[in-house]
Order: sequence, then structure tokens, then C-alpha cells
Amino acid sequence: MSEQSVANVTGGTIEPAVDLRRRRFLTGAATVVGGAGVAAAAVPFLSYWQPSAGTRAAGAPVDVDIGKLAEGQMMTVEWRGMPIYILRRTKASVDELATLDAGLRDPNSQVEQQPEYAQNAYRARTPEIFVAVGICTHLGCAPTFRPDVAPADLGADWKGGFFCPCHGSRFDLAGRVFKSVPAPTNLLVPRYAFMNESRLLIGKDEKGEA
Amino acid sequence: MNKLFQWVDARLPISHFWNAHLSGYYVPKNFNLWYFFGSLALTVFVIQIVSGIWLTMNYKPSAAEAFASVEYIMRDVEWGWLIRYMHSTGASAFFVVIYLHMLRGLMYGSYKSPRELIWIFGMLIYVVLMAEAFMGYLLPWGQMSYWGAQVIISLFGAIPFIGPDLALWVRGDFVVGDATLNRFFALHVIALPLILLFLIGGHIMALHEVGSNNPEGIEIKKHKDANGIPLDGVPFHPYFTVKDLVGVTLFLFFFAIVVFYIPEMGGYFLEKPNFIPANPMQTPEHIAPVWYFTPFYAILRAVPDKFLGVVAMGGAIFVLFLLPWLDRNPVKSIRYRSTTFKALLAMFVVSFLVLGWLGTQPATGLLTFLAQLFTLLYFGYFVALWFISKNEKTKPVPERITR
Repeated sequence: MSEQSVANVTGGTIEPAVDLRRRRFLTGAATVVGGAGVAAAAVPFLSYWQPSAGTRAAGAPVDVDIGKLAEGQMMTVEWRGMPIYILRRTKASVDELATLDAGLRDPNSQVEQQPEYAQNAYRARTPEIFVAVGICTHLGCAPTFRPDVAPADLGADWKGGFFCPCHGSRFDLAGRVFKSVPAPTNLLVPRYAFMNESRLLIGKDEKGEA
Repeated sequence: MNKLFQWVDARLPISHFWNAHLSGYYVPKNFNLWYFFGSLALTVFVIQIVSGIWLTMNYKPSAAEAFASVEYIMRDVEWGWLIRYMHSTGASAFFVVIYLHMLRGLMYGSYKSPRELIWIFGMLIYVVLMAEAFMGYLLPWGQMSYWGAQVIISLFGAIPFIGPDLALWVRGDFVVGDATLNRFFALHVIALPLILLFLIGGHIMALHEVGSNNPEGIEIKKHKDANGIPLDGVPFHPYFTVKDLVGVTLFLFFFAIVVFYIPEMGGYFLEKPNFIPANPMQTPEHIAPVWYFTPFYAILRAVPDKFLGVVAMGGAIFVLFLLPWLDRNPVKSIRYRSTTFKALLAMFVVSFLVLGWLGTQPATGLLTFLAQLFTLLYFGYFVALWFISKNEKTKPVPERITR
């Protein structure tokens, strides 16, 4: 024992002196163990907020029939609660995409907002069918599909695309974001695969589920 | 009865509390109309708690049933419309009262030493109140509820690295959904009101420790009589309990006008798209937050960068916490401060109001430019205050309250 713990003898009873080092050690040890306990107990409370098993299961891939989708038409399906835009582009609008490159923030899709098979000039597996998550990369609104050319509210340069009503972000028909709008990146292209000519699987491809 | 009171009082410090905080708590005698808003904020808090408890009796916090249950309260429940309008009007009234209460603090320097902690507590109450109002606004599950929440939660997604996972964690789903609604309900009715209650307690305890400021910015504790009672003070009870009751009566008069005749306030208290059920597939043409958030929303949109926009918006609130240390002038009241200070404060108030209006408008060319200009002026107040306050030419502050 250290010299700090020398006992005082008074009136026949032995009163041990206060051992400050021992007290500090015990206080520290109790704090550390207690703190670890609190931290461990926080795990279930914080994890409780994560998407539940049911929510994750609801994120299963969706099978979409695009047989009735006409040229220039867009349909919206729900996957993981998110709107998925499926658009059958006209040949002319696909050809026009390249002419827009100068005004775009990321014309060559450098930012990983698409699977590798969509990292091309038309951001899709095939030039005609375009698939994207219909959520603006700015603050999560659903951009409006505006295929009309040069409407009054969007200006004479508008060749058709997606316009976000919330904060005015603009995307072309390949979901590529224009410069000087608040959205930082192109629209997200989910993993998808063609089952056959007219059936599309959203959320899954040959490499597995998204 | 008296004996029963004595029996209890010997076991519970009732008379001690009454004396310390009411009959023996001395308050400056020169309070003006601006000093109503503290007790009014407490009044609205009580209105919100009571009407809120009653609303939960019929509200159903699920995505499938929420919208219909609110309409059920409005149409089928006896007096349900009154309770609901009291709660929705109360939310806006809370912010009206709080903003005026804060402006009072800015004018009379109530945030300065020794009242910095009161100001900090007040700011924490303000932040929690914003969270409370935001989560409450999701509950009716209308289009505005839904897309407002979607946008605000996406703000977390702008934080580098952890952002997207954090937003997912807050929502509990890939988009705002049933899980989000349910947890916001839990936070709105239990967690945040409880935190508010503690913060209000801290605010008042800190206030009663140092005593109230006043329109002259004079410390009444500097001049006491032989019994240690401030010469320029009067006991809170009965003088200010009665005065505050007049304020509460006047407030309830206006409150009732809104509740009974203009509960939607032309789309400012209850926004029109919120009468359409939430549709996760389609955003309304024009979305704007409720009026009390619009100044900060305008600042968010003024910055043409996602992350920096969020930083500017957060900074606009955070900078208020630093006010006690940014204002380096010991003179408290605007009455004895320089013309420059008065002009700066006027500029700040105008900027806040203009930003508030801009936040309700679509962000187009000129309006975006104006939002950027007034965002600069908003922050400019704090920067300029730090520079001018050090060597500001102030008038001499009297020793005693004479007017």
C-alpha cells in the first residue's frame, strides 16, 4: 500500500485516511464502465430509426410492362416509395442530346449517379428507353416532365426535359442537370434490366439488387 | 384549511416558491408593452399542450389514415374544428409572440451580461420550437406536409459524407413515408414538448437568478433599500401578474378572431395545397414553407450551391446564439445607443421581413437577386455590430429609473 493510506489511530478505533488516488481511480473506472454501458444502450435506440425489415423488403425489385408506352410518353412507377420515371424517347430527341453538352454541368456523367451501363451519351441501356429516379438531386422534389419545346415559362432554348417546380432545377431528357441551377448532380439512374422487349425490372440487374 | 396548508407547506416548499418567484420577486417598475410577450409565449404553450392532447384523441399517425383522421376531427368530432383551429392558429401565434419577444431582447440589449444564459436558453427554445412546428406540420399528411418534410429532411443529405445515410436514418425509409410520420408524431407529442418544458424552466430560472432587464437597460439591483429590496422594483405579484392578465386578455381577443374568422389566414397559417392528401409521386407546382420559416428558406435558396445553402441557413440561426459576444457595447438599451446602432437594427428587421416575404414567392431572376442582397444585409447586421459596438458613441445611462 502507498504511504497515502496510513491509518490514523484515534481512541482505540482505526480510521483509514482518505486514499485520493484510489478514489480517483474508482471514480474514473466507474465513469468509463458506466459510459460504455450508456453507449452500448444507445445502439438499439439509434438503430431503431433505421429502415425496418419490412421497409427494406418493400424495396424489392418491380416488374414493369412498358409495351404500351408510346414514343415521347413517360410513365411513373413506384419503387421503394420513390417515383421512377420511364420515358420512351423519340429518335430525334436522342440525337439532340449531344447538342446540349455545352450547357450541362456533367454532360459525360462523371459523377456516379448511374450504373456503369448507363454511363454513356444517353444515360441508359438503350437509346430510346430512359429510366431515372424522379427525385430532384437538390432537395428531393419530383421534377415535372416537360417534353414541350420552347414553352413560354421555360424559355426559347428549352428542348424538352425535366423541370423541378420547387427550386427551378432543370434536367434534359437524359436527366442531365443544366449549369447554374441548384441541383448539383444528374438525376439518379437506378439499376434496371430488360426481361424482354416490353418488360423492365427496376432495382435489379445482372449484378444483383440495388 | 389553513392547518392543512401549513401541514403541506412544512413538507413541500410552496410558500418558499411563491415568495421567491412571485410575491418576493422584484421586477423593474418601468416595463412597457414589449414585456407582455414572455407571459404570452407561456400562454400559447399551454394552449398548444391542451389542444394538442385533445387532438391526439382522434388523430391517427399512419400514412393511410392521417389525412382522413384530421378531416374526421374537422367534420365529425364535436367541436373538433375548434380544437384543431386553436392548435393550428396557436402554432403561428407562438412564432408571432416569440419573434416579438426576441425583437424586444434585441432592442433593449436583454442578451447582454449578466443575461447571456437566458438568451442561450431562449435560442434553444426557439430551435426546438422550430423542430416541433416542422414535425407537427407533417402530421396532417397533406401535399405541403409531405413535400415540405421531403425538402427539409433532404437538407441533411447535403452534409458531406454522412449526409445521405443521415437523411435515410431520419426518415426511416427511402422517402418520407409511414415510418417518418409515425416517428414525427412521437417526437411532436412527447419528446420535444418535454424538452421545451425543461428549457422553459431553465429560461425562467436563469431569469429569476439575475432579474429582468428593462427598457432603460438599468440594473435595478444596484440600488437597494435597507431591506435589500431594489428601489426601482415592484413585486411580480400582484403588480405584473395583473398586468400580464391584461395582456393575455388582449391576446386572446385577437387569437379568437383568427380562430373563428380567418383560421387559414389566406393560406399563410394553413396552406392551400395541404387540403390535398400527400402524393409521393407528384410535387405541387409551387411549394413554400409556413410563414415563420420563410426568412430562412429564402436564405437557403439565395445561395446557388446545395451544401453552402444549407450552411447559410443554419448559420443564420446559429449566429443569433453568438449575439451576446458580438455586441461588445456595455450599454443595453437602444434608448442610449448611437444612431448607427438604431439604423443597423432597423436594417436587420427589414431584412428579416423582406426575406420572409421572398420565401413565400417563387425563386425567379430578380427575386433571387433580392434574396441574395437581403441575406447579405441579414448577416451584415452581426458583422457591423461587432465592429461598431466597441467604440460606439453612446449617451450616458442614468443610475435610476426615472421614466
